[in-house]
Amino acid sequence: MKVLLVAEYRQGRLAESTSELLGFADALGGDVSMALVGSPDQLPGFDGRLHFADAGIYGEYDSELHKRLLLQAVEAETPDLIVFMHSSYGWDLAPRISAALGVALLSGVAGMDGDGFTTRCCNGKMRRTVTAMTSPAVLTLLPGAFPSVQPEGVSPELHPMAASGVPVVEFIRYEPPSTGGIDLTRSDVIVCAGRGVGSREKVGLVRALADALGGEVGATRPVVDAGWLEHGRQIGSTGQSVSPGLYVACGVSGAIQHLAGMKGSGFVIALNTDRDAPIVEVADLLVVADLEEFLPLLTAKLGS
Amino acid sequence: MNILVCIKQVPDMEASFVPNRGGTWFDETALSFRMNDYDEFAIEAAVRIKEQLGGTPEVTALSIGPGRVVEVIRKAMAMGCDRGVHLRDEEAASLDPWQIASMISGYASTGGFDLIFTGMQSVDRGSAQVGVLVAERLAIACVTTAVGFSYMAGRATVERELEGGAKVVVSCALPLLVTCQLGLNTPRYPTLPGILRAKKKEIVELSPGQAGMEKPLTRVSGFSHHVSRPSGVVLEGRLDELAGRVAAVLREKRDAIRRGGVR
Repeated sequence: MKVLLVAEYRQGRLAESTSELLGFADALGGDVSMALVGSPDQLPGFDGRLHFADAGIYGEYDSELHKRLLLQAVEAETPDLIVFMHSSYGWDLAPRISAALGVALLSGVAGMDGDGFTTRCCNGKMRRTVTAMTSPAVLTLLPGAFPSVQPEGVSPELHPMAASGVPVVEFIRYEPPSTGGIDLTRSDVIVCAGRGVGSREKVGLVRALADALGGEVGATRPVVDAGWLEHGRQIGSTGQSVSPGLYVACGVSGAIQHLAGMKGSGFVIALNTDRDAPIVEVADLLVVADLEEFLPLLTAKLGS
Repeated sequence: MNILVCIKQVPDMEASFVPNRGGTWFDETALSFRMNDYDEFAIEAAVRIKEQLGGTPEVTALSIGPGRVVEVIRKAMAMGCDRGVHLRDEEAASLDPWQIASMISGYASTGGFDLIFTGMQSVDRGSAQVGVLVAERLAIACVTTAVGFSYMAGRATVERELEGGAKVVVSCALPLLVTCQLGLNTPRYPTLPGILRAKKKEIVELSPGQAGMEKPLTRVSGFSHHVSRPSGVVLEGRLDELAGRVAAVLREKRDAIRRGGVR
């Protein structure tokens, strides 16, 4: 099995997820190569062929240019699998490679099952086993699904990639995260509201518990998108990554994107009516209870 | 200007899912269906451009699926889309993203669309690939994960969402396909006059063959519950009793953190 991993680089940084690509390759076994449009000063610790183009020359991500560069690496390697992370880079670029080659794309791979791969669906409640009927096939890996592997003291063997052309999509600027000044990364205690809280009004029950504990209120993406709490409180892969000593998840289902943002937490308590929710896998304590009734009782006990 | 919006009907995600007889997807019998969340933002983005340009653009809403998907096409028309296209396939749930994209691009290649909006992904399958595949097949530009969109004089400015809440702003000439992230705008609710008007609007029905459906590139061999095994202690029972026990745990953990004992 020949595997071509596609690493990511943006705003002067090689993505940390490169280690998850290597973790996947380790789990799979086989001949591993990598492709990267990045900086020569930040090469991945990887013992193998690295098809490389300098982002200093090629500029910020341009889908058309990166597609052409990557297709060169594919041609040189003739891999069986071309593997991206399921990230803003991966889900943008992987389908373009799939379309250019006319080959299968399996999105959001979370595991392996025989000759196929498992993916999550239906809010993480269900899993599917999907098999590619083409070779090569393109995969995107769900962040957090594979262990991080960081080889040390090794460096890749560079093979240059080159392409030319005018960008179709013009880069204008980056905008930093707008957290509204809320920094959850320094909080020792976070009480997080998930969609299971039920309504904007009931978020007050979560806030009361956070106040009683002297902690901060966090939120999942659906809660923020529904406007129940401000964007700056979002925890997860598109929000803040937190590592409090105590994390109380109220009505949080535990989508992998959310878990990725709180996996560094110390003690995790999940308050949930659904004992099948993925959050229970990371909870040290699961309390099966209706939040509307339970939260006021709990907050009152803490106050007494 | 011609605008296409691609929408999908999905089950309510709070439902309990039961595998179908073939074990490849869920059984639909007990499920209620609604519009894919992401697609509401796509419709809103399209209708706003129509309004911005004084109503001249024609907005077409397209959906693939069995007879029931006419409901979401009607909703799209009630929100302001002008016409509907129903690529009717009773077995659409068994199709892979490549096949879905082949039909949409097959249809769109005949329509001369300047702008195509899709959801960034569907909430049930979440592959996040159909929009980009359609754009690549049509050889038009594509920007994914839009959380901001504006149009002026033949060019679109799009804010793409990146990891950690950062964004990148890009600019692109039409034709363009945009995949819409949650929070792109505030989708409107259909009004009663809108719903009444929608009933009179035309829905064209096409077969998968007429839309140029291709063969699948993937095969599904399993669909089952993701078994979440509790990793820690499970507490349940009388709520007032539970509250006392949980409060004790919370207090102990918090105090330990304050003493600097944990971390």
